[in-house]
Amino acid sequence: MAEHAGSRIGQIILGIIVLLLSMPLLVMYIWLVESAFSQITYGIIPQGFTLSNWRFLWEGFTNMPSIWRITWNTLVFAVVVATIEVFIASLTGYALSRMKFPGRRMFLSLTLVLHAFPAVTLLIAIFYVLLVLGLYDTLVGVIMVKAALELPLGVWIMKGFFDNISWDMEMSALIDGCSRLRTWWEILLPNIRPGIAALSIFAFLSGWSEFLLPYIYTSSFENFTLSVLLRRLVGDFRFVDYGLLTATGLYYMMPVLLFFIFTQEYLLNIYAGGTKGTTV
Amino acid sequence: MEVRLERLSKHFGSVVAVDDLTLHIKSGEFVALLGPSGCGKTTTLLMLAGIYRPTGGEIWFGDRLVNDVLPKDRNIGMVFQSYALYPHMTVFENITFPLKLKKVPKEVMREKAQRVADMMQIGHLMDRRPAQLSGGQQQRVALARALVKEPDILLFDEPLSNLDAKLRLTMRGEIKRLQHDLDITSIYVTHDQVEAMTMADRIAVLRDGRLQAFATPDELYNRPRNLFVAGFIGSPPMNFLNARLTAQNGQAIVEGNGFRITLPEDLGRKALSQAQREEVIYGIRPEHIRLDPDGEVEAEIYVIEPLGREDLLDCRLPDGTLLGVLVPSGHGVKIGEKVRLKFQLDHSQLFDPHTEQSLLWN
Repeated sequence: MAEHAGSRIGQIILGIIVLLLSMPLLVMYIWLVESAFSQITYGIIPQGFTLSNWRFLWEGFTNMPSIWRITWNTLVFAVVVATIEVFIASLTGYALSRMKFPGRRMFLSLTLVLHAFPAVTLLIAIFYVLLVLGLYDTLVGVIMVKAALELPLGVWIMKGFFDNISWDMEMSALIDGCSRLRTWWEILLPNIRPGIAALSIFAFLSGWSEFLLPYIYTSSFENFTLSVLLRRLVGDFRFVDYGLLTATGLYYMMPVLLFFIFTQEYLLNIYAGGTKGTTV
Repeated sequence: MEVRLERLSKHFGSVVAVDDLTLHIKSGEFVALLGPSGCGKTTTLLMLAGIYRPTGGEIWFGDRLVNDVLPKDRNIGMVFQSYALYPHMTVFENITFPLKLKKVPKEVMREKAQRVADMMQIGHLMDRRPAQLSGGQQQRVALARALVKEPDILLFDEPLSNLDAKLRLTMRGEIKRLQHDLDITSIYVTHDQVEAMTMADRIAVLRDGRLQAFATPDELYNRPRNLFVAGFIGSPPMNFLNARLTAQNGQAIVEGNGFRITLPEDLGRKALSQAQREEVIYGIRPEHIRLDPDGEVEAEIYVIEPLGREDLLDCRLPDGTLLGVLVPSGHGVKIGEKVRLKFQLDHSQLFDPHTEQSLLWN
């Protein structure tokens, strides 16, 4: 009995510590939500409930494209990046997991190095490339850059999932009459569905929250994404409307939050089981 | 379909998995590839399936050279140890998958699938998924899938190893019967010699990628051509004793530490004509030794292992060599007891210790 009580006290103390540690984060989010719905806040004390911070939804921003256009851009950006990444990574992952070819190890190591490479150091070089290709200030250009930078991780993750599928099943399909490509499509892909789901979500979230690349490689209003818009709202030569800023921020966050709630199970695959048994 | 392997070899880098293997398998024959793990039997099977490309040599299916033919164009059925069912498909979809790829019309497909599923007694499981089946049922589905396309050749890769002992016995009988009825040339990889002995028409024994013997179970058991085959086939394994072979008064005498026997005339003549030196290895199976007060060998009971119907006695010879002896239970001897052993001399085997070849059967 005493032991039981002791463990309960321990748990309570642990709970308090966790709460304290996460307090800063919590307070930030609380403030974000409050501020989006109030005229003004004193610290975290809100004053005057209002929806006027949300007027951008129907009135738009001054000197900027409509919020719907920007949301659409962001959505297109995230979805296309995710699609490209999953498609290429599942083919590359298959090849790396299943085929022997000269330079395979080298390729794998390079991929890992690329993943560890800070993208910022590439900014100027990529800028020139985009400029030469005529893709500067286009969504297509930014999408390609983002997908390329995300691919190394994606390839490794997919390779891990393929590694976990038995060779027997693949051989069996080949003997049953499949070509290699068909085996990949009909036998292997359905069996790594959790992996594909996880990588898609991962890539989508990463695309949705990407700021640096669209900010640097686009300049026109019609190519804005939500993250760039947020940056504009705290622009250097403006009076910052915190109500508007937090409302937009909340708007930006909402889809991701909802998305995450419904898909976190899949997302855990990547960290928990997905890359298990990965070998070079 | 007749299958011929001509001087087949497979190298993985510097590792030689299969070395100069020549096998001629008759149409409708059931051949087992038997050997310890790493002997190259699965590699051979995968070359037959078309998964591995041979490094050297030729594979003939009938009069067709298939070295460069893709697996899908070989018309073979294969059953794997892991069953290798497609987990995302139902039993029906699994079985009909090969037909779907051949673009067989729907009705024909359904009819064929049902026929083969009924044959395998899984007709009532068509809507299940593999995960909902027991190991035995999964193996039946795998068999059905291999059979449904009416293959010219059936390949088995240790198909029974994942089943429990009792089920293994049942399936062993069923596969043998099935193969007999359908008359499909079958090649069966196993490391279990009992499986090979009971099922196969002929057994190819492999070691380190080389063919040791290719013969009927009876011949492998009674007339092993070399030491490896003699020791590998049979359970409990054959006893080997170092001895000297000499001719005395026209008789062949085998003499070792603590025993001296005279070989039957025909065996003795063969051995003497083959032997190149006095040293030989004398082999005798545990089931060919009896407890007998008049026996020519004296030994001490070291361990008794009851096997149910029989007991395996480990007997220690004066020089410390252990000799397995299989006797019907109810013999009444105890550990530590001194006994005399009688060899059934017409079952004697003799090998050259250097070449490891039999002195009787080559």
